[in-house]
Amino acid sequence: MSAEDLSLSRAMNEGLRKAMEHDPRVLVMGEDVGRLGGVFRVTDGLQKDFGESRVIDTPLAESGIVGTAIGLALRGYRPVCEIQFDGFVFPAFNQITTQLAKMRLRSLGMLELPVVVRIPFGGGIGAAEHHGESPEAYFTHTGGLRVVACSNPSDAYTMIQQAISCPDPVILFEPKRRYWDRARVELDTSGAVPLGRAVVARPGRDVTLLAYGPTVRTCLEAAQADGNRSIEVVDLRSLSPLDEETVLASVRKTGRCVVVHEAPVFSGYGAELAARITERCFYDLQAPVLRVGGFSTPYPPSRLERHYLPDLDRVLDAVDQTMAW
Amino acid sequence: MTIDAARGTPRGTVAEPPPELVQLLTPDGRRVEHPDYDAVFTAQEVRSLYRDLVIVRRLDEEALALARQGELAVWPSLRGQEAAQVGSARALLPGDMAFPSYREHGVAWCRGVDPVRELGSFRGINHAGWDPREHNLHLPTIVIGSQVLHATGYAMGVQRDGAEDAVIAYFGDGATSEGDVNEAFAWAAVQNAPIVFFCQNNQWAISEPTERQSRVPLHRRADGFGFPGVRVDGNDVLACLAVTARALDDARSGLGPTLVEAFTYRMGAHTTTDDPGRYRPRAEAEAWLLKDPVDRVKTHLLSSGAADEAFLAEVEAEAARIGTDMRTRCRELPDPDLDELWDNVYAAEHPLVEDERARFAAYLASFEDVPR
Repeated sequence: MSAEDLSLSRAMNEGLRKAMEHDPRVLVMGEDVGRLGGVFRVTDGLQKDFGESRVIDTPLAESGIVGTAIGLALRGYRPVCEIQFDGFVFPAFNQITTQLAKMRLRSLGMLELPVVVRIPFGGGIGAAEHHGESPEAYFTHTGGLRVVACSNPSDAYTMIQQAISCPDPVILFEPKRRYWDRARVELDTSGAVPLGRAVVARPGRDVTLLAYGPTVRTCLEAAQADGNRSIEVVDLRSLSPLDEETVLASVRKTGRCVVVHEAPVFSGYGAELAARITERCFYDLQAPVLRVGGFSTPYPPSRLERHYLPDLDRVLDAVDQTMAW
Repeated sequence: MTIDAARGTPRGTVAEPPPELVQLLTPDGRRVEHPDYDAVFTAQEVRSLYRDLVIVRRLDEEALALARQGELAVWPSLRGQEAAQVGSARALLPGDMAFPSYREHGVAWCRGVDPVRELGSFRGINHAGWDPREHNLHLPTIVIGSQVLHATGYAMGVQRDGAEDAVIAYFGDGATSEGDVNEAFAWAAVQNAPIVFFCQNNQWAISEPTERQSRVPLHRRADGFGFPGVRVDGNDVLACLAVTARALDDARSGLGPTLVEAFTYRMGAHTTTDDPGRYRPRAEAEAWLLKDPVDRVKTHLLSSGAADEAFLAEVEAEAARIGTDMRTRCRELPDPDLDELWDNVYAAEHPLVEDERARFAAYLASFEDVPR
């Protein structure tokens, strides 16, 4: 197999295409996913190649998208739902949390719902209200869901395929401001990292940065820019389950940790990381786990989002604080 | 409607005569004809329907008693709705799929579910008592209206399989206000999905009467979505069966969805935790007693000569046997193993689940002298 230079959007498209070719039960459904190819072009060309019965332009009803996907899964299909933007997932929140997440437990394991819900998330594209949010913690708080986030084209290509073949429901967060990032993508996924595992994106000795989705690149750039400290960057990839082994090994090595996400810090996913790391390796820590993220406000108008989103300077400021503790 | 009256008369409110109710058996047990439903029922069929009605009512009475004795935490009685459930469920073919709410005990009986398996969730030992694939009856859904979208999606799957099965979604009058139900209507219409939306309008969503849900008769909701809506006498098992069978046939032959409004009455409380005396007049329930779904079939069987007193007694005795058996086995239902708390949350291994399971086991093990 060869490798190709692909954008994250295109890599996701190729991953979907491969999954649909591999398994005729895989369906794609959502608003504008067919004729238009999705507002981020992730499903571009799929309806042309696989037909309208497998790539379904749905009514504008997010609860309906997830609710009917559950029914299709009960009939043996493997639907991949696209929620057009993060802020539009809430009408589907009931179906995801009360139905999708619970069906396996409720049925004593008799029923499984291999449904994937793709959600472009995060800010930084100068968009209108409800187009820049990071709602991942709402979903990691719900048992029965697997919650993952890709940060680069290679992971987009493999993680979508792994999510589709997973017997559990998977919420896949896609970093919308990184859709046009390009990278070499290995098309043979046989040696790919499993869905639930984190990876060390950049090794270092002095401090660990924990990130996922769009902030992985932010952290890599910060680590690159810092000439004084050796900064390790861990791309979590999976939020539920959390790959504790990789995270704790890194923090035990460096003794310092900063979590970086776009979501509000208060009650955010970083709070779980900080608590868990503190419980598990208290005596390895040289400083408290610090968090860099959004403010505890609704997402601001886009002219203010550069202040809201963690950037290189805010990440390095937190690194300064933890080093000086 | 005092608030509206103070502001003026709402436009679009029906000041029309009440809509026609499809009826084939009158409350006093007379078999009547309907121009759209020339169904023929043999004496054997009517006797068999009667048997189901009596058994379903008996099982409901037993479950109610079990709840009052503390054997069940709660029980939502179906009393009054036996004909709507038995009639519609008996119209299903084995390959058809049904999506119930939580009061569809009569549907479960007709789909061959062992009655004791319905009790587990109300006893608090599980969330589901049967294999939905074995009975083509999905698990009860408690969040109001959610299952109507599942049914619609399932029907889309039937279409994609090129199969000839139909799907039925059960819900109540209150559920017609839920977004999910309205999304399902829109969805099924544009997909032309093979589905029957079976609404049991039992007049009360806990304490709220149907006037709090809709300005128009519920079956007329279908008009705006572009498929037929029918109101049937929900206490008439023959009419419920005929109307549902027609709607299922239409679904199978590619004519798309139908909304059936079974006009019935919840004779009891919403559940055993409810007190209808706080919100509805006793006289209302007493008036509905005259339309009882079981009595009218009994009257019809006797007056038409389709059955005699001996048959009725035999059915009562059989219902009592099944009821006693359910009651006995309910008390014997074992509590779940602690491990079931973590089993089946995920299909594949999940480190957090395993970690919490192990830590809790260690915690319990720390109580050396406590028998487990």
